[in-house]
Amino acid sequence: MTLLALLGVISSAIYSGTSLLYTTLGEVIDERSGIVNLGLEGVLLVSAALGFAVTKQTGNPYAGILAAILAGGGMNLVLGYLVITRQANQLASGLALMFFGYGLSALIGNSYVGAKINPLPRYVLPGLSNLPLAYASLFKFDFLIILAVPMAFLVWWLLFRTRWGLGVRAVGENADTAFASGRNPQRIRYQALFVGGLLAGLGAAHLAIAYTMDWSEYMTAGRGFIAVALVIFSKWDPLRAIAGALLFSAAVAFQLLLQSAGVQVSPFLLNTIPYVLTILVLIAWGGHRNQSAPASLGRIYRGTE
Amino acid sequence: MTSGADSPPRSDFFRASLLPTITRYLATILLAFVLFGIILWLSGRNPFESYQHIFQSALGSSYGFSEVLVAMTPMLITAVAVAFPARVGLINVGVEGQLYMGALFATWGALTFPGLPAWILLPSMVGLGVLGGALWAFIPGYLKSIGLVNETITSLLLNSVAPSIVSFFVFGFWHAPRDTNITANFVPAGRLPTFFGTRIDLSFLIALGLLVVFWLFMKYTRWGLEMRAIGGNPPAARRNGIPLQLYLVVTMAIGGGVAGLAGTAQVSGYYGLLLSNFSNGLGFMGFLISWLAAGDPLGIFLIAFVVAVITTGGNLLQLTQGLPYAVINILLAFTLFIVLARPNFLSREKRS
Amino acid sequence: MPQSGNPGTAQAPLLSMRGISKAFPGVCANDAVDLDLYPSELHALLGENGAGKSTLMKILYGFYRADSGSLTLNGRPIRIKSPADARQYQIGMVFQDFNLIPAFTVTENIALFLPDLKAVLHPEEIRRRIADVSARYDLQVDPDALVAQLSIGEQQKVEILKLLLSNARLLILDEPTRVLAPHEIKALYMVLDNLRKDGYAIVLITHKLKEVLESADRISVLRRGRLAGTLLRCEATEQKLIAMMFDKALTGLTRPDGNGPGTDQSPVLRLENVDTHGQGAVVRLQAVCLDIYPGEIVGIAGVSGNGQKELGDLVLGLEKCVRGRKELFGQDATHWSIGQMRRNGVAFIPESPLQMAVTPWLPVLENMALTRTRRYARWRGLWMDWKAVQADARSAFDRCGFAAPSLFVQARSLSGGNLQRMTISRELAFGPKLIVASYITRGLDVQSALAARQALLNARQAGAGILFISEDLEELFTLSDRLLVLFGGRIVGEFRPAETDFYSIGHLMTGSKASYDQRR
Repeated sequence: MTLLALLGVISSAIYSGTSLLYTTLGEVIDERSGIVNLGLEGVLLVSAALGFAVTKQTGNPYAGILAAILAGGGMNLVLGYLVITRQANQLASGLALMFFGYGLSALIGNSYVGAKINPLPRYVLPGLSNLPLAYASLFKFDFLIILAVPMAFLVWWLLFRTRWGLGVRAVGENADTAFASGRNPQRIRYQALFVGGLLAGLGAAHLAIAYTMDWSEYMTAGRGFIAVALVIFSKWDPLRAIAGALLFSAAVAFQLLLQSAGVQVSPFLLNTIPYVLTILVLIAWGGHRNQSAPASLGRIYRGTE
Repeated sequence: MTSGADSPPRSDFFRASLLPTITRYLATILLAFVLFGIILWLSGRNPFESYQHIFQSALGSSYGFSEVLVAMTPMLITAVAVAFPARVGLINVGVEGQLYMGALFATWGALTFPGLPAWILLPSMVGLGVLGGALWAFIPGYLKSIGLVNETITSLLLNSVAPSIVSFFVFGFWHAPRDTNITANFVPAGRLPTFFGTRIDLSFLIALGLLVVFWLFMKYTRWGLEMRAIGGNPPAARRNGIPLQLYLVVTMAIGGGVAGLAGTAQVSGYYGLLLSNFSNGLGFMGFLISWLAAGDPLGIFLIAFVVAVITTGGNLLQLTQGLPYAVINILLAFTLFIVLARPNFLSREKRS
Repeated sequence: MPQSGNPGTAQAPLLSMRGISKAFPGVCANDAVDLDLYPSELHALLGENGAGKSTLMKILYGFYRADSGSLTLNGRPIRIKSPADARQYQIGMVFQDFNLIPAFTVTENIALFLPDLKAVLHPEEIRRRIADVSARYDLQVDPDALVAQLSIGEQQKVEILKLLLSNARLLILDEPTRVLAPHEIKALYMVLDNLRKDGYAIVLITHKLKEVLESADRISVLRRGRLAGTLLRCEATEQKLIAMMFDKALTGLTRPDGNGPGTDQSPVLRLENVDTHGQGAVVRLQAVCLDIYPGEIVGIAGVSGNGQKELGDLVLGLEKCVRGRKELFGQDATHWSIGQMRRNGVAFIPESPLQMAVTPWLPVLENMALTRTRRYARWRGLWMDWKAVQADARSAFDRCGFAAPSLFVQARSLSGGNLQRMTISRELAFGPKLIVASYITRGLDVQSALAARQALLNARQAGAGILFISEDLEELFTLSDRLLVLFGGRIVGEFRPAETDFYSIGHLMTGSKASYDQRR
């Protein structure tokens, strides 16, 4: 195992983890307002499909990214309509959205299977350009990757240092109290869902346009569920999500590392690592987990009690 | 705000009037069809033709109808796997994973004991499948009962773990000589018997039986009463001396066992082998069906039937309209959206 | 109905309510109520449970909208459609169960309610403003503490700070002294007095006559949704107020002869040096020694949150003994589950039966069977004998002297009082030897509360030992043979009611007297 291989793992983790981070940040905002989006998988698929399609049609990846972002916001608004205005069950609505996403993305992406697009320009981080080529090429990132960590900080600032964020968190803790303070919990939840959806769309955009650069059905491969797990793992904290996203994405890249060290581990078992980790972490926290989750979210997870 | 633990399963009010209920279901489906028809038209297809094909293939021939029943069977079983623990307030979203584990265990039985006669092998496989699913559900159930983590999150996470484990075994040890993502065919003794030359197998009867037993159990037995008490008000039930934790673990495990049964039925009856990623959201479908029917056995039957008609007919869309099969999910999703959105023509009672 | 203005004052009211009516399905909460609120005045709103006091004020705060009636502020008609409107008109309200977010700090909670909060938060500035007002009115709290860690009294201070910092001029407090000990109540009234002198108009919703007669300037009494009258303090006496609050004389409790049981009998329940394991919000009980003899009522006094719930749960078997020993009729019951306790003759009457004793959407009949399902099961559980349940239920109601409700309606359609009657009938049905009664009259109307207390006395007469937990000192003094005080998870006093008074108990309840050494 060489330094190059190790750096390769980290680089790979950063590449694949960027979309996960964006998606997770979006879900953190949603859940902080008290809404769980089990349909995130569907949201990601639709955003990815639309983003890819627009990129292919216009030849302009930035247009594609914009389309994906808006699609994410739009899909989340559908969830919002069901859960906020019609007061439907969150888990069932999320799953329905997931099915909708499966179907709609298949429809949109149908004519683009196998299509190719041009990659986004990649930049070397300042200060690293003097490294030998092998190393430097590992760390040429497109602008979305570069923006990912700053985005996490932005989300943190938004939630904890702005009036809007205070309102979002208040609604997620106790909507009645937020109402008594003169706020409109429904409107705040819509806003949170929309912003969260934009971020999810951004994650999907990176996945389809910058990372895999193609479209296939079900290409998100469970990332939506991983993001939901990651939100719990990060205790609903956008900054912890950075480490978590890296960790979870590294699992797959880790497999390559082990192989190069001569250890054969089934990729399938490695795939389970993020989930098993999350379960272990949840057990380790024990009953105290209840103190980290936004209070009204806990009711959802506990099952309407 | 939340549909609280103090609202009854809507089953009581469904029971009150059968005809309006069925009318309500039909209205929902009609609306969903109209919406989906619009989507079809927008993407350049002929909606009327499409629907004609769907119904013809599903209901027009006896073979088509039998295919509907085949599709319906796993949905019935997975819906019960969700509905049973739901009576004590458990949300079993992990049916997907339990399904896989049941299939895994059953496959082990089939591949390890190919020489046994059917009347030993089949029940053993069923037993193994139930065991596999029950174990997989026991984990979230136990963790919930000791107050550590709730079952929604854990079972959801385990959902993603199970298919990987199955793939591990299929690719690693059990794969067929020429294909790596499936196992060898099961011996005939390991396959559920079919009827009338169709693909309907014994699991259909098992599914019906399950529904009946479920209904009788909840309505008449002492345990059914205690479960309903727990579901309606867990802390009060506990104070009344009902052993809450025991019920949580046992009902979750039973739910998992039923899901494992569904998995067994899939590999033993439908496929005849274990295929990695064989479930296309069957577990989630069961969750949604159970939820739509509010856990009521009759509702589960009706809704599963309709969903099966749609998915069976949808196979044809792929051939005649050049649409990917996945598009049928849109129609399903619309049906769900409509029920979730509870427009006025659907609901008899206003919920605050 | 006597109505008097403020003699000698030409002051116009700050806010007037005229003809306010509000009905909910099945109940008329407010019926054409008129109310005038003046600045620099403490206006008490008196009335029994269900008189409509909270509803009226929630209309003022915008939580509900009146069906009819009008509001005028400084002479101008206004409309209040939501709390946002109320806050704009400088009206603030502290609810009974507080509008605080436990996971937030004091600063964040207050910031949430600031009307001029900037889009980007400046925590330092907010802390400074909090410090200013805290000092002015003696409402000291640590601004960075999580509300979850504060005591009830401190949380109330945060609530009042919230109001003051959001520029409210009309302050409404809903039952503020319900969970406070006597000297904390005094401190609160001092704060209110200072606020009053600074020109604030204060409305106090309460049912505590003595406090009102000592501190209020003006008293309005509501009875069954109607205004029974408004008096100035100088005109008000306890008799007049009681007459306005109730329309028939209270029937007194029939208490059988005063002396308790014979202590030569062996105790029904004995707790010896029991500790429990407290974690998080659960109070840890320490070194609890308690005996309950047959035919006696042992009252437990204490401010809510000092371990009463844990004590009740401990006796029932829901809370484990980490140390010490629990005996039931002489048998070692230290590790028995609640199922075992119940099977051995222990009954439980809780507060709010809808939450704690009953499955709301099941019919009354099925609820009556819940504590003894084995008794009614046939064929080893495959079938339930509902006829037997019916027969037992009817005789249970008879024995308690209650009118039987319809057995086939959902439990949640019963009123609070009827639910409690149902629960009591069920629990007393098989002659329990030990009864844990926890806040059983909380939230009940007068008649139902009397019925509940009488049922306990009858059970005492029949030889049951009763652990009676209550927050109502009057009730405790009237019913208990012996009275214990709980503070911080320890028993800090034991008395016969005749030998002590409210203030002594009150001081023990807050731990301000030296703790009592409970050696036997």
